[in-house]
Amino acid sequence: MLADKDRIFTNIYGFQDWRLAGALARGQWNGTKAIIEKGHDWIINEIKNSGLRGRGGAGFPTGLKWSFMPKADPRPSYLVVNADESEPGSCKDREIMRHDPHHLIEGCLIAAFAMRARTCFIYVRGEFIREREHLQAAVDEAYAAKLIGKNNVHGWDLDIVVHHGAGAYICGEETALLESLEGKKGQPRLKPPFPANSGLYGSPTTVNNVESIAVVPEILRRGATWFAGLGKPNNTGTKLFQISGHVERPCVVEEEMGIPLRELLEKHAGGVRGGWGNLLTVIPGGSSMPCISEADCQTLTMDFDALSKLKSGLGTAAVIVMDKSTDIIKAFARIAYFYKHESCGQCTPCREGVAWQWRILERMAKGQAEKREIDLLFDVTKQIEGHTICAFGEGAVWPVQGFLRNFRNVIEERIDQRIASETRQAAE
Amino acid sequence: MAVRRLHPDQPKSFAFTPENLAWAKATMAKYPPGKQASAVIPVLWRAQEQEGWCTEPAIRAVADLLGMAYIRVYEIATFYTMFQLVPVGKKAHIQVCGTTPCMLRGSDAIIEACQSRIHHDQHHLSADGAFSWEEVECIGCCANAPVVQIGKDTWEDLTPASFGKVLDGFAADNPPKPGPQHGRTASAPEGTPTTLTGMLKR
Ligand SMILES: Cc1cc2nc3c(=O)[nH]c(=O)nc-3n(C[C@H](O)[C@H](O)[C@H](O)COP(=O)(O)O)c2cc1C
Ligand code: SF4
Ligand code: FES
Repeated sequence: MLADKDRIFTNIYGFQDWRLAGALARGQWNGTKAIIEKGHDWIINEIKNSGLRGRGGAGFPTGLKWSFMPKADPRPSYLVVNADESEPGSCKDREIMRHDPHHLIEGCLIAAFAMRARTCFIYVRGEFIREREHLQAAVDEAYAAKLIGKNNVHGWDLDIVVHHGAGAYICGEETALLESLEGKKGQPRLKPPFPANSGLYGSPTTVNNVESIAVVPEILRRGATWFAGLGKPNNTGTKLFQISGHVERPCVVEEEMGIPLRELLEKHAGGVRGGWGNLLTVIPGGSSMPCISEADCQTLTMDFDALSKLKSGLGTAAVIVMDKSTDIIKAFARIAYFYKHESCGQCTPCREGVAWQWRILERMAKGQAEKREIDLLFDVTKQIEGHTICAFGEGAVWPVQGFLRNFRNVIEERIDQRIASETRQAAE
Repeated sequence: MAVRRLHPDQPKSFAFTPENLAWAKATMAKYPPGKQASAVIPVLWRAQEQEGWCTEPAIRAVADLLGMAYIRVYEIATFYTMFQLVPVGKKAHIQVCGTTPCMLRGSDAIIEACQSRIHHDQHHLSADGAFSWEEVECIGCCANAPVVQIGKDTWEDLTPASFGKVLDGFAADNPPKPGPQHGRTASAPEGTPTTLTGMLKR
């Protein structure tokens, strides 16, 4: 288990003061100027050496992403922080913003400096109203204390604007987020061009997740080797895990990357409801990630590489646990409904396909489908995957594919039961 | 996609209060020159807070203020689901999360409670006009499921009984404290925390 001294988010539950005084007492904003004085390239290299991979879902190396930003461009550069956190199962950025917002603000200053940005926008999902109030209050404190803003004590002018949405999961996709920030419907852009070349207002832009940015100051204070020494090679550091569903004590907890699933659930969440033997399946990284078979759960470790080997992914490290009492078809039909509801509607395979997925899964939940429709459904998911403007298409079909791979027998049994009961009724 | 349209019955007009107008102008100034359309969500949100719901005159007023075509702001109002296109309950509009992590922990029973106590159908007012409800998608509190959002706050770790108390509380203008309704702190595991015990002392 990760030792408390290696935890970055020491106030994740809000036991202590979240404001500037509390943050200073916990060691934040300590030596920030010295870090900045080491220069743009040193910071980017140190983040590369730490092995930090993006915490927003895709796990792209953060230092590498920063290095794509132009070094001399007449246009302004922007840092945009993705605080849209809407992936079902995910609830970690919320805790950073309401209980430890200065980690994020200090990270914004350092990251913006590394990328030569003078303005940072933080896009908070509309529903997080109290979280946004805390974040804004912390930003105001940072301005007042001259930690950010014009002529601040760190010698790099930076403005931070806290922005918000109003209910649209798709705005978490980075180009949809930029559209939304420009005052439009949040519909993803075709790529290329990528945001580093043409992002917000047509200027070089980097979009990073809240957690990715919030861990930066501590990595630089304690050193890349400290962070890289935690976790596993290529999967380094600590991570906020979010455990929901059928466990005794659901929670958010910071742990080491690569922790075994069973240890994570039993140490922190009181274990699976009814005991480990009562586990049916887990979704390891938010609703977009395929579920894991009970057999694979036995030895599973929670990191990017182990999960992608199982045709799933760490995603946001939101672990959704289902025990044997779960109506598994209904659970996945509800996930399919989520994607049907949230598709932005601009590509036909996604808009029509995900609605079709949901309708057929609803019928399957009642046993009212035909068995040949199981293969047909799989085929439809393959028609969506890879044929859309943004990765929402994949996120919407991967859970269904994982469900079909693991639970085909349940669908078949339910169809058999329905046929048997109809035959019985006809005979009576 | 969710198909959302404006309500057939609309008020005649909309005007920002002087405070809200000043606030809207200050918000517009946060974005680079010429990019004031970036403020459309915050400004339309402020209009909704003033009116209680998102009306057509408000959409036009926001478009005029930001120098946007009406259709562009109309698109914002229909695309983003937190804009309430029909009037909501005077005392509370209950947004129940029904997505799978909440479903696994009993959100169906919370939805049934809304149906029996408020109205069978979502987006309809209760008989006395005090309440309305809707099922929403994941609101990012899944480790505290099931959850409802009412206004700016969330009530978490609900059971039908504790949710009943939330409704009673709003009816009596004295709602229980938001957050977990089981006595735990935020998303720490219930009981003794497994980490950060040194932080427990204030
Ligand atoms: C449909 C969809 C929704 C997404 N939602 C989020 C989100 O809520 N928060 C987030 O940080 N990233 C989200 N992402 C990923 C972002 O597009 C982007 O990769 C990420 O913010 C990059 O940050 P990182 O490199 O720090 O991980 C989403 C992606 C897709 C395709
Ligand atoms: S894949 Fe879906 S969400 Fe993404 S752009 Fe196409 S329609 Fe929109
Ligand atoms: S699923 Fe209900 S808050 Fe996430």
